[in-house]
Amino acid sequence: MAASPLLSETSATFCLVLILLVPLAGAGLALVNSGLVRSRSAAHIMLASLVIVSVAAIAYVIVGFSWQGAPGRPSHVLVIGGKPWNWIAAEPLFLRGLRLDLSPASLVLLLQVFSVGLAAIIPLGAGAERWKLGAACASTVLLAGWTYPLFAHWVWSGGWLSQLGAMYGLGQGFIDSGAGTIHVMGGLSALSIVWIVGPRRGKYSEDGGPAAIPAHNVVQVLAGCMFAWMGWLGLNSAGAILFNHSDVSAVVLIVLNTTLSAAAGVLTSTIVTRMRFGRPDASLAANGWMAGLVASSAAAAFLKPPTAILAGAVAGGLVVFAIDQLEFRLTIDDPGGVISVHAIGGLWGLLSVAVLSDAGSGAGGQWLAQLIGIATLIGFVFPLTHGLNLLIERVYPHRVETDGEWQGMDLYELGAGAYPEFVVHSDEFTQH
Amino acid sequence: MKLAGFLLLLSGWGIVVSTLPLLPSVGARAAFVLAGMTVELIGLTLVARAYRVPKG
Repeated sequence: MAASPLLSETSATFCLVLILLVPLAGAGLALVNSGLVRSRSAAHIMLASLVIVSVAAIAYVIVGFSWQGAPGRPSHVLVIGGKPWNWIAAEPLFLRGLRLDLSPASLVLLLQVFSVGLAAIIPLGAGAERWKLGAACASTVLLAGWTYPLFAHWVWSGGWLSQLGAMYGLGQGFIDSGAGTIHVMGGLSALSIVWIVGPRRGKYSEDGGPAAIPAHNVVQVLAGCMFAWMGWLGLNSAGAILFNHSDVSAVVLIVLNTTLSAAAGVLTSTIVTRMRFGRPDASLAANGWMAGLVASSAAAAFLKPPTAILAGAVAGGLVVFAIDQLEFRLTIDDPGGVISVHAIGGLWGLLSVAVLSDAGSGAGGQWLAQLIGIATLIGFVFPLTHGLNLLIERVYPHRVETDGEWQGMDLYELGAGAYPEFVVHSDEFTQH
Repeated sequence: MKLAGFLLLLSGWGIVVSTLPLLPSVGARAAFVLAGMTVELIGLTLVARAYRVPKG
């Protein structure tokens, strides 16, 4: 079991202030997702984001924290080959027995309540314009109440992935300040939803070619990027202090690296789209910014500024390529680009810990620890998530009825459009 | 094909995790971790092909 990090009262208060920035990441992501869809479903995405964050917080507090726990807290251990495999926490339901003060465990709880909400709203960007609100809530309950806490325990609460270094000499064990546990998990959940609901009507023609369905409000998307930036500064810094035992003084480096990574991401995606299309593409540039932030979530505490720039640049270039490949080759209709940004950007971030940082140097095996973490996300977390989403599909189908797609989710599920006085498309607010 | 893909995903992860207690040397572990990830990749490819939107 990992020892609980000891924080002075000043450090704990500073950490609390950082945690209070994290909801801005969710607000930014909601703005990005809603700006990237058609205007007929914009209000639906914003309301769904708020509802999902609420469902996630309640599910996590009732049952999720019981499975995740915190470093140094009670947990179940299996002895395999003489080594203690810590696989799940043993906390009571409803946070019973947990002091809610500035203790590390309570700070972990608070950060996780916000983080699980962030992970849960990622799939909204992929299932936009056809994913029913009720089904999204059901999927969130399972994500926040079971899948997320289980993996988060393995990574952050003294679980077996974090102990790979101590048990098997693999560097410092699996290192992740959020790229894997929050973003890859959210991105893989988004992939699961997209595969279940299928593409939007009219997205693919009979010959299989995709139609361009442009974002309805790019200004909102770019404003969302700026909110997300502030949220990420808190997320990466608080995560490093609580989970990687970074010193409070490391926050300067973490904030700098987070910003540099996002900056390199947006510049690379802007340059790549300028070269490909003759002009910079604002939506893809925004995705490049977000991918830079996501990549920084893995290793901001371990990189030096030049390597943070490199990590962000790779993420920014990768996201443009990935969005293209998913849409054209795999017929994955992901309006928000969240699978590319969060799943692929996050996987690159986890790899960058081994490739670009000096984490685990001298001990060796950091490469293997990172690969084992990535293999667990793809080979265990994804099938588990998809299986649970398929169970929901049997009881309550995820995809909205055909009428709902024609009318738009705003009118169909909420009864009113986001911009009733500014109808710009003839078919948006009419019955079919 | 979907079921086969998901079984391969889980099998690949099983290979990766089982190397930890079973294989002592770093080289052997690395080889089996990469082999397990290859199995996962094949599984993911199968699932992706199964969910591809058919033409026409």
